[in-house]
Amino acid sequence: MDFLNSIILLTNFIIVPGITYGSQLALGAIGVTLIYGVLRFANFAYGDLMAFGTMVVILMTWYLQSKGISFGLLPTALLALPIGILLTIAVSLFFDKTVFEYYRNKKSNPVTFIVVSLGIMFVLNAVVRIIIGPNDINFMDGHKFIMKAREFKQLTGLNEGLAIKSTQVITLVTTIITCSILFYFLNKTKTGKSMRAYSNNEDLALLSGIDPKKIVLITWVIVSILASVAGTLYGLDKSFKPFTYFNNLLPIFAATIVGGIGNPLGAFYGGFLIAFSEIGLTYAYKKFFKYIMPESLEPSTLIQFISTDYKFAISFAILIVVLIFRPNGIFKGKVI
Amino acid sequence: MIKNIDFRICFSVMTILTFLVGMFQSWGIALSMLNLCLISAVMAMGVNIQWGFAGLINFGVMGFLAIGGLATVLVSVPPVHEAWSAGGIGILISGLFLAAVVISIFIINKKLSKHKYKNYFVFLIIILTIPLLKFIAGPSISKIESINAATSGFLGGANLPIIFSWFVGAILSALVAFVVGKVCLGLRSDYLAISTLLVSGIIITIVKHEEWLSRGVKNVIGLKRPVPYEVNLQESEWFINLVQFFNSSKLSNVLDPEVKISLLNQLVISSSSVFVKLCFSLIFLVVVFVILYFSEKALNSPWGRMMRAIRDNEEAARAMGKNVVKQHLFIFMLGSAIIGFAGAMLVTYDGLFTPSSYQPLRYTFLIWVMVLLGGTGNNYGAVLGGFVVWFIWIQSAPFAMVVINIFTSHLDETSYIKDHLQNSVPYFRYLMMGLGLLLVMRYRPKGLLPEKVIKN
Repeated sequence: MDFLNSIILLTNFIIVPGITYGSQLALGAIGVTLIYGVLRFANFAYGDLMAFGTMVVILMTWYLQSKGISFGLLPTALLALPIGILLTIAVSLFFDKTVFEYYRNKKSNPVTFIVVSLGIMFVLNAVVRIIIGPNDINFMDGHKFIMKAREFKQLTGLNEGLAIKSTQVITLVTTIITCSILFYFLNKTKTGKSMRAYSNNEDLALLSGIDPKKIVLITWVIVSILASVAGTLYGLDKSFKPFTYFNNLLPIFAATIVGGIGNPLGAFYGGFLIAFSEIGLTYAYKKFFKYIMPESLEPSTLIQFISTDYKFAISFAILIVVLIFRPNGIFKGKVI
Repeated sequence: MIKNIDFRICFSVMTILTFLVGMFQSWGIALSMLNLCLISAVMAMGVNIQWGFAGLINFGVMGFLAIGGLATVLVSVPPVHEAWSAGGIGILISGLFLAAVVISIFIINKKLSKHKYKNYFVFLIIILTIPLLKFIAGPSISKIESINAATSGFLGGANLPIIFSWFVGAILSALVAFVVGKVCLGLRSDYLAISTLLVSGIIITIVKHEEWLSRGVKNVIGLKRPVPYEVNLQESEWFINLVQFFNSSKLSNVLDPEVKISLLNQLVISSSSVFVKLCFSLIFLVVVFVILYFSEKALNSPWGRMMRAIRDNEEAARAMGKNVVKQHLFIFMLGSAIIGFAGAMLVTYDGLFTPSSYQPLRYTFLIWVMVLLGGTGNNYGAVLGGFVVWFIWIQSAPFAMVVINIFTSHLDETSYIKDHLQNSVPYFRYLMMGLGLLLVMRYRPKGLLPEKVIKN
């Protein structure tokens, strides 16, 4: 019984939140890695692109709610998501046409790209804050819990409860669907293969008749879909605040590089690695050891590797360690 | 398009603009803007040394500014004796322990540089250090933080004049930059950008949450000043005489003695704050000129030529026998020291240290906009960038207000859109910065004052 309790404890506090947060990071990281692989620069505006997509979804949700439309048990935001995706694609393509294309044709160095993406970051930051304001917004509606801790206890008769929020399940399901489609697209379809070829060797891809304009267009479309989906899922699960979205860029970058920049599968794993180490290293295991250790060996301290204040710092530290020891990422392999 | 703008014209324009602000808004606003322009100019010069001279992309500006700010606390605040006696020894021991760990890592790196498992060894040491450090310092930290938690709860500082902290901030920043540089400088440019950004995040987290050191989110207020206080000025004889002298024409027009005295009182109060700001401006001006002078000297010295050679062609410089790694580390430390200096200046001017206010947008990327807009590799450009960007940053809100009022003048006073736009006026500065950066990068990629190419 104690053993079961300890497992449930870990599931409730580490595994379920870890999977949710990991999925959100993974979706974001795949977007960053695709931009890096195909367009060859680190996009600092990505966090704000996520915020923009989420903002559109929120506005659309409010509109739908005012018309009395809802999605039953599911949050209304899922109905609004397609509009968010469309507008995010429009914004991405607009910035690509007005800003990035010029530097791409000039074959500028990566640092110039980073700097102009900073400019776009400022602009998007301002647009989001002017339109929706800098405050916390909670736009989750519909059914909140699939399993409440108390219900679980009554059902199983265990001491520990297991709570599963519906947003956590939605996040996981959406991530699985999105990633399966994406990886099918990249590995099996002709367009996906040409994208990989372009990212691997631009000149050879051009020689074999791949249209670079089409590749760039498709990349921005995919990236915008990922950004708005990841942003909306994060917002549903926690809440929407422009500043948090900007800050989330940092663990996303960490996940991208840990997985090997330009490698989508690596980014996927990287997201989960970062999420689990952030949550796993800041969790106090005292209760867990109480269950599995004999009474005489019960721990007196919290058994916490580092305090929760340092949650963000963990992902940064992992990244720096990876950069020093394996600059190409943990998961070796080809780009895209 | 104008190819070469003379820097004197630019600075004259900025001076005139500042005077205009002084005349039309108020001298207090103009002077506080000028002071922050000067501090920004120092920050921009620091970044310019790293990026303009050596091509090192440092997105960790925020972290070094925070270290400079921390230095003001550590130097100028009076020590909390109870806290020292309660937990000082524990903190000192853990400090020694940390230093020992860092040194042993460096030794391992040197001695075992060929060893197969060296990396795993270092990694293991770092992983083991954190719980050990917590074990050693934990009890003392909780003791220190529990002493007068509402008013102190930290170790305090050395109770020295705050001017010293500027130099201490520079030295501390340089030391941190040494460690960061050792770790990160070997990376490719875009990796370096990301990793320095993340390192600054770690530094901010530490400053924010180690309350025994910096009071963390509880902030340190009422720091010392290198200039007189307003209250003291208002009571001193010579200052009142000075105000009387400057406003003699205004005062002589008033005949009623009672009205005259109350007017004089008002004038003394308003001019005391202007006077304090003016004192700050003078000190900051001296700092800017000294740093500018030495940066220019350095840029035009053989060392500066070598740095530019390394920046423009690292391989060739290496082939000529220049130690690129060492020079990169040195210039990274130098630039960070100047940034730390500016961070201490900023906190001194504000009079309070608020770790939670350090955000990358304001303290890293804005400084970068200054450098890029002003002119990479040109010291005058960096100073100009500091001035122009801070001017726009401050003035864009009133400007946006005017524009919004013009465009929404046909709308009703209670209109939702008008109200919403007026509330979001502060965020137009981000828009201005972004558009400014994009336009400069497109049409004047070398900045307003481009780098001068010296030909012999």
